Amino acid sequence: MKENVVIRTVSRISVPFIQVFALYVIVHGAVGAGGGFQGGVVFAASFILMFIAFGLSGVEKRLGKKWLMIYSVIGVAIYAGIGFLCLAAGGNYLEYGAVESALGVAHLHGYQIDAVEMGIGITVMAVMVSIISDMSDRGGESP
Amino acid sequence: MNVKALLAVLFIGVVLFWAVEDMPAFGDPEAPATCYTGKLYIDLALQDVGVENIVTAILASYRGFDTLGETVVIFTAGISVALLLRRGGRL
Repeated sequence: MKENVVIRTVSRISVPFIQVFALYVIVHGAVGAGGGFQGGVVFAASFILMFIAFGLSGVEKRLGKKWLMIYSVIGVAIYAGIGFLCLAAGGNYLEYGAVESALGVAHLHGYQIDAVEMGIGITVMAVMVSIISDMSDRGGESP
Repeated sequence: MNVKALLAVLFIGVVLFWAVEDMPAFGDPEAPATCYTGKLYIDLALQDVGVENIVTAILASYRGFDTLGETVVIFTAGISVALLLRRGGRL
């Protein structure tokens, strides 16, 4: 599927900026407006723009469905893993302060929140792109 | 037009507008929603969590378990769409 050259060129230029902005929104979640859900959706929007411009098969060469499933599992596993880290440090599940007091490192509470936001962002990005690609191809066969 | 449905809609609308009168004014500092936990979060979020954004502090730390559930809900949605729409059994 070959689309207009203007669409392809503009999306080729703007996709990296959208992705950098999405990463900024995810990482900036602790100090300003932003967070994992919003950043993940913005990151998925860049892939949806690539779907529109290059077609489904052009994107799936770079980001296959198998990898999307693996990424969505990785995101949930990061979040749940932080929870188990807190259990290992002697606190309750997801009690971030336990790890901070066990290791004695300052601001670790905020870093754990950043890691959790990244997990949320990875899951949201992978699930959104996975749903879009499932709904736009015709029953598993690539158009 | 169904007259009974119109009457029911009008009745519910009147009741809802009647109830609006009893709601606290917008941004009222004496409102019940801002009196108890809201003030607590504003006072304690920075020293409890060490994160400047109170919304993130509540979302990821105070309500961390809830947010884990939300993430799993989104994951489940993706899995469900994949299971329903993909043919050939490859994930």
